[in-house]
This record gives sequence, C-alpha cells and structure tokens, in this order.
Amino acid sequence: MRTNNNEISKGIDGLLLWLYILLCVIGIVSIFAATYNEGDDILDSFISIKTDYGKQTMFFLLSIFLGVIILLTDSKFFTATANLWYTAGIFLLLLVFPFHSNIKGTESIIKFGNAFQLQPIQLCIVFANLALAKYISRIETNFNKLRSQLIAAAIVVAPALLAILQKETGLALVYFSFFLVMFREGLPAIVLVVGFSFAILVVATLLVEPNILALILTGIAMLTAYFMRKQIKRRKSVLSWIIAIWAICVSIQRFAVPFIFDHVLQPYQVKRIYDTIGKDYIPKDAAALADIEKDAAQKKDAGNYNVKQSKIAIGSGGLLGKGLLKGTQTRYAFVPEQRTDFIFCTIGEGFGFAGSMFFIAIYAIFLFRIILIAERQRSTFSRCYAYGVASVLFFHIAINLCMTMGLAPVIGIPLPFVSYGGLSLVTFSAMVFILLRLDKDRQMVLR
Amino acid sequence: MPAFNQSRQNIIRLIFGATFVIIAVRLFILQVFSDQYKLQALDNAVYRKVVYPDRGIIFDRHKKPILNNTIIFDLTVTPYEVRNVDTTFLCNLLNIDVAEFKERILTAIIKNGRYRPSVFEGLLSIDVQAKLEENIWRFPGFTLIERPIRNYLFNAGAHLLGDIGEVDTAIIRRSNNFYQMGDFVGRSGLEQYYESVLMGKRGVQNLIKDNRNRLQGSWENGKYDTVAVAGRNLYTYLDIELQQLAEKLMSNKVGSVVAIDPKTGGILSMVSGPSFDPNDLTGSTRREKYASLVLNVSGPLMNRATRGLYEPGSTFKPIGGLVALDLGVITPGYGVACSGAYYGCAKPVRCEHHNPGHAANLRLALANSCNSYFCQIYRMTVDNLQDRNVKKGYARWQDYMNAFGWGQRLGVDLPNELPGNIPDTSEYNKDYRGYWNSCTNVTLGIGQDKMQVTPLQLANAMCIIANKGFYYTPHFVEKFENETAKDTLLKKFKEKHAALTHIPDNAYEVIHAGMQDVVESGTARSAKIPGINICAKTGTSEKYTVLDGRRIKLPNNSMFVCFAPREDPKIAIAVVVENSGFGSTWAAPIASFLIEKYLTDSIRTERMKDVERISQTNLMPSYLKRKQFIADSTRAYFYFNLRKDSSYIRKYLKGYTHKEKKPVQSVSQEPVAATETRVKASRLSNTTDSSLPGARQSDNIIHIKRPTRKADSAWMNKNRQPKNQTS
Repeated sequence: MRTNNNEISKGIDGLLLWLYILLCVIGIVSIFAATYNEGDDILDSFISIKTDYGKQTMFFLLSIFLGVIILLTDSKFFTATANLWYTAGIFLLLLVFPFHSNIKGTESIIKFGNAFQLQPIQLCIVFANLALAKYISRIETNFNKLRSQLIAAAIVVAPALLAILQKETGLALVYFSFFLVMFREGLPAIVLVVGFSFAILVVATLLVEPNILALILTGIAMLTAYFMRKQIKRRKSVLSWIIAIWAICVSIQRFAVPFIFDHVLQPYQVKRIYDTIGKDYIPKDAAALADIEKDAAQKKDAGNYNVKQSKIAIGSGGLLGKGLLKGTQTRYAFVPEQRTDFIFCTIGEGFGFAGSMFFIAIYAIFLFRIILIAERQRSTFSRCYAYGVASVLFFHIAINLCMTMGLAPVIGIPLPFVSYGGLSLVTFSAMVFILLRLDKDRQMVLR
Repeated sequence: MPAFNQSRQNIIRLIFGATFVIIAVRLFILQVFSDQYKLQALDNAVYRKVVYPDRGIIFDRHKKPILNNTIIFDLTVTPYEVRNVDTTFLCNLLNIDVAEFKERILTAIIKNGRYRPSVFEGLLSIDVQAKLEENIWRFPGFTLIERPIRNYLFNAGAHLLGDIGEVDTAIIRRSNNFYQMGDFVGRSGLEQYYESVLMGKRGVQNLIKDNRNRLQGSWENGKYDTVAVAGRNLYTYLDIELQQLAEKLMSNKVGSVVAIDPKTGGILSMVSGPSFDPNDLTGSTRREKYASLVLNVSGPLMNRATRGLYEPGSTFKPIGGLVALDLGVITPGYGVACSGAYYGCAKPVRCEHHNPGHAANLRLALANSCNSYFCQIYRMTVDNLQDRNVKKGYARWQDYMNAFGWGQRLGVDLPNELPGNIPDTSEYNKDYRGYWNSCTNVTLGIGQDKMQVTPLQLANAMCIIANKGFYYTPHFVEKFENETAKDTLLKKFKEKHAALTHIPDNAYEVIHAGMQDVVESGTARSAKIPGINICAKTGTSEKYTVLDGRRIKLPNNSMFVCFAPREDPKIAIAVVVENSGFGSTWAAPIASFLIEKYLTDSIRTERMKDVERISQTNLMPSYLKRKQFIADSTRAYFYFNLRKDSSYIRKYLKGYTHKEKKPVQSVSQEPVAATETRVKASRLSNTTDSSLPGARQSDNIIHIKRPTRKADSAWMNKNRQPKNQTS
C-alpha cells in the first residue's frame, strides 16, 4: 500500500494539485454562502446531499476518486484511446438530438430521471482536447501544412457546430479557444489577428453609424496606402491587397454583421450583446421584436437585470468586503443564477477587492503553472493537451468574470471548479488529473 | 520542431496576463473607485420602515381633550398568499362585485408586487370591520391593518382644528425632502400651524428584504434604527362647550362667530358657518364627503372667521368715535342735529333715526347709531386742521385703522389668514385720478365703502376697546407639553401690543358708556343679560352680488360686536350672520347667549327655547341654490364637452330633475324682481326646512329673473360648440 501511494504521488506537480483543491474548496464555500438559509444544520446539510453545497462536496469527493483512478492508469492509455473517446463524444452529441429534454432554453441536455442529467457537450471538451493533441502529435502530421491545420480545426469545430444546433452557443464558443493551442503549434499568427480584427470590427459596427464607420475604414486604408507608398511603388500588388482588405472590411460591416445578427443569432443573444455595449436593441423583424418584448415582460429583461444586480453585488463589496454570509445581495437572492454562472458575485461581495484579487491571483498562478508544465513536456501530445487545458480554462475564467462585471455579453458558461454543477466540476477535474498524469511522465515521449 | 514555435508561449502568456490585468482594473473600478453600487445594494436590500408616532392631543381650557387619535382598520392583501378565498362572500361583505375584486387584486400586484401587502379596501367602517374580523380566517392573504386617524371628540371646531392629509410633491419639495410619500401632515387649521409640535418624531426601522420584497429581519441588528417620539400636546384657550353652543347657534347660517379673552388674546371660540362634521373627513366617508363639500358653493370648507371679508358697518362707529376724540376734533359733548340723513355731501347718507336730539352727544349718537353723526366726525377727522390736506388726514386715519389691526394680518395661529382691506390713499388716487376729498369716501365713517375686515379683526378691535388700548395677538394655543426655549412659535403671542394706549382713558369711558347704552336702551336691547354690563354695537351692512349677469341687492349682513362685563372685560365677541337683516335680530342674541354661557357657565332655562329657535332657523341665503345650480350645470357641461360623454351630465346634475330645469325659461317670462322682499319671502318659507339648501337634494330651485340666453340650451345641441360659460 505504502509503496503504491508513493508511486502515485511521485512526480506529481504539487502546486497545481493544491491550487486545484483550494479552488474547489473556495467553490464549495461560495455555494454555501450563496444558498445557506438561516437556521439550517450545517454539518447535517454537508453530510446529507439535500443542499447544493452538500451535493457539490459529494461531487468534489467523486472527482478526487476519479482523479486517483486517472493517476493510477498508464499515461499511454490516453494517447491510445484519444480518438476512441472523441468518437464516443460525437456519438453522444448526436444522441442528444432524439433524447434531449428542454431545460433553460437549451436542447443539449439528456435527462436520466429527475436526479441526474448529462450535457455531452461539456464532456466533449476533454475528448476534443485529447483528439486534437493526438492529431497534432502524430508523426505523419506536419502542422505547417494548410491541410493539417484544416483537419485540426475541423476536429474542434465539429462539436461546436453540433452545440450550436443544440442551441448551446455559450459552450460552442469554448471550442474556439483551442485555436490558441494550434497557434502555439504553428498556426499562422494571421489567423488570430484576423479573428481579433473581426471581433473589433463587429463591435465597432454596433457602436458607430454605418456610414461613418465606412468613412473611417476608408480613411485608414488611404493612410496605410500613403505610409506604404514606397512599397507600392516597388510592387503594385501591395495596393491591391490594401484595397481588397478595405473592401472586405466594409462588406463585413455593411452586410455580414447585419446578416449574422438578423439570421444566425437568436434575438435574445443579439439583445445580450447590445446590452453589454449599452445600447438598445430594436430588431427590424417584427416577429423578433415581439419575441424580445415577450421575453422582457416575462423575465424582467433577464440578461440586463442579471448583470445589473451582479455589478451591484460585486461593487458593494468595497475594498475588504462584507464578510462571509453578510452580503445582502447574495444572501437575499437578488442575483439570479448566483450559485452557477454568477458565483463570483458571492466572492466579490463577501470578500471585496482584496479577496477578489486573491481569488483571481489563484487562477492566474494556476494558468501560468499549466503553461510552465506544458513547456517542460518532451512529448508534443502532452504539450498540446496542456495548452488545451490552459486555453479552455482561460476562456471560461475570462468570459465568466467579464460577464459578471458587465464586460462581456451574458453567455452561460461556468467558472471552473467554483460554479455549482456536478458535471462541470467532474469534467474540469478530469482534465486537470489527466494533465497531472501526463506530467508525471514528462520525460517520456508519447505518441 | 518545438523550438520553432518556442517564442509563441510568451505571446500566450501575454494574452493571459493582459486579460487578468483588465479584469483586475475592472474590479478596482467597480469595488474601490465607485460608490454607486454600495448605495444601490442598500437600496435593494434595506427597507426603511417608517414608524409613525402618535400625533399630539389638543386640549381645551378645562384640559378636556378635543382632538385625539383613534384607530381604524385597512384591509390589505398579499396577492401571493391569496388561495381558496371565498370570493363571493368577501365581495358581499365589502359590497363590491367579482370583477371589481379581480381588478383590485390586479392593481395591488401592479402597485406593490405579488409578495408585499397593499391596501385592498382602506378605512373600513366599524360594522364592516367587525364582520371581517370574525371571518378573516376564510380569506388567506387578507389582513386587517391598524391605521391611526384623528378623532374629533366633540364633533366641533372643524375649521380651527383643521385636518391632516397625505403630503403632496409640493410639500415634500418645500420641506427639503423631510417628508416622504405617504406621510400625513396637517393640511389646515391648528394641525397645519403647529405641525412641528404635533407631529412628533418619526422612527425608522431598517429591515432587510429579499429579492421578492419579503422582509427578513432587522439590518445590522438595528444599529441605525431610530425610535419614534410621540407628538406634543397642545393646550388651548378654547372653551369647547362655548364652541359647541356657538356652532349650534350658527347652524344653517352663513357667517362667523369669534370670541376672544381680551386679557390674554386667547380665542375662546371660533365658528364659521356653514360648517361640517370634521369626523366625516377622517374615516371611510372622507372621499365622498370631501367632494360634496368642495363642490358646495356656500363654501363650507372656508374659515370665514379669518378669511371672510365684511364691511363692518355700524360696528365701526365706536372706533370712529375714539379716533375723533384722540385727535381732539370733537369732545364727548359734541352733537349733531340729524334730521334723518347726512346732507354734508352731494349724496345724502340716510340715518335710521330722525327724532331731534338723538345725536346730541357722542354717547347718544353711539347708542342710537346715528349715521349723520359719524359721517360728520369722519370728515372732521380726515379734514383735520393740523393737516390741511385730505390725503395727509386720510393717511393719519389709516394709521389708526392699522393700529386697530385692520388692513393687515393679525398673525393668528391659523394658516391663510386674510388681511382685510383698509384702502390706501393711492387706491383712491387711482380711482379718482387724484381728485377726491372726504366726501368721496364719507361712508367709511359708517364702516362701508371699501373698508373690509374679518370677524377676527372685529373681535380683536373689541379687545382693544375693552382693554383701553392694548391687545395680544389673538391665538388659540396657550402652551405645549414640554415647552423648551427652542420653541419660538408662541413667542409672538406673549407680546403685548400697546398700540392705542395713548388715547386717554376718559375717551374710552365715553365709548364704553355709549356702547353700554346700546344694550340698555339702544339697538341691541335683545342682548341684555341682567346682572352683566355688556358693551356692544350692532351693525347692518349692505350686500350685493352678481347673479345671472345682474347685480342684485341681497339682504343686509347682520353684525354684532360686544365685550363684557364692562368693568372687567372677560370676553369680546364679534358675530356676523350673512344676509339675515338687522344686527339686532340674529347676531345680537347669538352673542348674548355666548356671554351668558361663558360668564355664568349656563343659560337660563327660559332662554333655552330661544337658543333652540335660533339654532333651528335656516338663514342660508336663497340665491345659493341658484348659484349651486349654475355651478353644477356648468361643470356638467364642461366635462360632457371634454369627454363627450353624457353620463357626466347625469353625474353632476344628480338630484335635479329634468322638469326643474325647464323653469329657467318659463320663470323668466314673468318679471320677478330679485329684491330683498322677494328673497325675504323665500327665506320665510325656508325657515322650517332644516336641511342644507346648498346640498343638491333640495326640492326646488329659486330662479331669479334673467333674460334667456342661447347658451342655456346650447349644450343640449351636440352640433354646436358654444363657448364655455363660467358662472
């Protein structure tokens, strides 16, 4: 037994493990603070699984158990079965279509009785991560080739598309964070730059009058042409490139964005985006307008209300916070969804700026540690996988925190390890433990 | 191969780092930099429950409470808890239908949300409350909530005590947001003037509420809570029995009674007729009663004691005499040979007497109320040799009037007092383009012309004469409970105004003697009480009004001023009964009863039947009926025209039948002069009618002659849009 124990702990990254446990405990405490009712027997509630914090504790213990199992497996197991897992994940995703039940507006959840529900798209993040790592680390793969890049992109975009079909846009976006992994492995930087520019252009389109924006874009193009006049003299094609980029930008601003907003996104999603930048959304389509108004009347303008209350909760924490269980905003349920997506409010209100900074620092150290681990791997598979974990966690953390503070539109994605939710906790834990297992064998070259 | 992209790890680190920095900056802005979220959080979660203190009690001079607090019940509903309610039973109890029930529930939800109680039916009457209390268990979600209201224990003093009402935005603004929506504040009378004393101090309980507005307990263990402090009591000079007697005597009359204790300036009684029952305006009947009072053209809500303007008529004469004596233009022995009128000016001024010698000296002239005499001495006062200029002389006379407290606000402790009117020289200069003399306004000498005073000012002038020159500003309140140096409200009432003490005592004695003769042998013999020397003066002033576009003369106002006893004045009274004739017929007996009641504490039994007779006499001027009809029909037409809804005609002309509207044309055929005799005749026919003629249920309307106009019938014709006429 003793030797066995030693073997498990040997080579494990202690800092990462302890930070993981710390985050989970903070999560349980926060859920406790958000849902505790005066007069409940705390110990009893923790032991029995009637309350949310009791359930979360149970899932945490389950995750640890799963983690031990993962640590006991062979590291080659993951390289060997990565594609199998991925196939299984896609199969599960397809199963959702006939068997889903409609919960909170998404059609991505399969329900087993009343007690247990499964959201395959969440599980699939681990599988896609493994599959992507596996594909990139293949000896046959030359990631400098466009073909390999496209295949890698297809691996991660496929589940995302299925998620969009299941009306789960938030989690679908998570899959795009894998582009960071590909970027690390040699995806041209231009892809990220273009993606980033596109995002800026979309926001600008919403904020600025179309004609004025077109004029600004033209101005930028002309200035660029002026500063690059020497290069243009040497090679005429530079000018045509500038004109082409200008044309694309204007057409995106003029046609693509309105098209996406009117036909691709759901009206409530468009409204949330508009809410974030602080503008009123008035759809051109009468049906969409009616849909929004109905929504607003029923849910008190849900998205906007959530963010407003969440900002009040965080903002009222002040420098040092009100203390555990003392926050009025969270104690009396002014913030909807505060044990899941808006769990950060509890921390912000209870522990103030100091506590929040401490909390964010834990996340930052956690992420930088993962990057450090990634870079010390000998095998490409492990490195890709580690970067995948970092990217996914980073995306979750950044979007969730920005969402609660009104910097990003309300997308329903949880805060890793902290938000209430058994499946998300188990998924993230599995990701971390697989990473720990791979890191244990960092001197090996896995294929 | 990994070496190829080694540098990219730093780019990724940079992206991560930058994002965390952005989040940290945002957190700093939200949590440390900006205060608004803390306030919003308090706003969200803390419910400031205001605890209202009991208002102060008002006592009369014998320490009898006359205005205190009592409790009435509101039925409130929490829509969220309403389940399995026996709706029809509840509707029957409240006398509403099911549609109304649903509408009220809906209104409650809109107003306060589903989780918070809102008033379902306010101010329940006692029997409804009793029935509900028995059956409240049948109606889950409904609760009876106490609400303190004011209770007028003697059903008297409506005008002077005033009432309380909910604050409006103007009051909140004026008070620098001291008051909050839903607060009750004194809106008239003593309630308003002594608001700061009576209101006490509000307490605040800070309670925590959750997202559905349900209360969860106290906030910060009540650290910021304040305790409510009850309002302080007021002790007044008012004699409530005297007040009740005066109100009884003034019932069904338009006018006013003011009784003051000359020694202190304390008001013993103040009545304005027509009056109303103040308790009608506190409970469940408030809305209905208040509307009918507001719409009544006789103005029952107006306090005529401080806001009614009257020509003093002959009651001015003692003052005119005093001024002339003080200026030395006459001596007490000065006499005028009056032969029934004053011919000193172009237009003769009629006098009631023509027997020779009735104005042989000041005392006789006063006792006989000789118009010629007082016109003469007015002219002598104004055309004083010292001044050589009528304008200077008039200004001097005006200063005297102001010293008597006329033409300016006295500063009584009631809101909205009127100053009356003693015209300035500039007013006459304007009217007569500078060319006027003592003949122009000679009737000022007998209290007519443009001179107007309030009954309170009249009574106060009597105090000055009784006190031989000084007075205290008339006021009700003697002291408060727990009075401290900070309370400055009563300071000005303790101050003695020695305005006319420079007039020699013998001048006052002459006037007192003349006024006593008025009662002993003059015009007010009906006011005589054996054993009490009363000094008094009757008055009769002419009244005109404009009705249906025609100026008509109304019956004279009956006025009476007096003080008693002569040797040691304890009470000074002014009585005005509008449009009732001579001062001696109605006003004098009323004052006499009050003196008897106040000085001997009872009224002799043989006079009690006179009290009953006077109190049952209806002296409401008959033209009010016509005015009421004009006002009602104008209003009906106005709303009909505004809303294009003929139900408004029915609503505002309820009580009038179509048949009665017709006489407008038929009566106008026969010329009926709206003279005094005509109105008098109708008054006689009304004497048995004890109901208020101003109310609209009365049987018929007196129509006074008026030419038919197109506008009368035009409102019936929908095609035409005539101009909106006002009465």
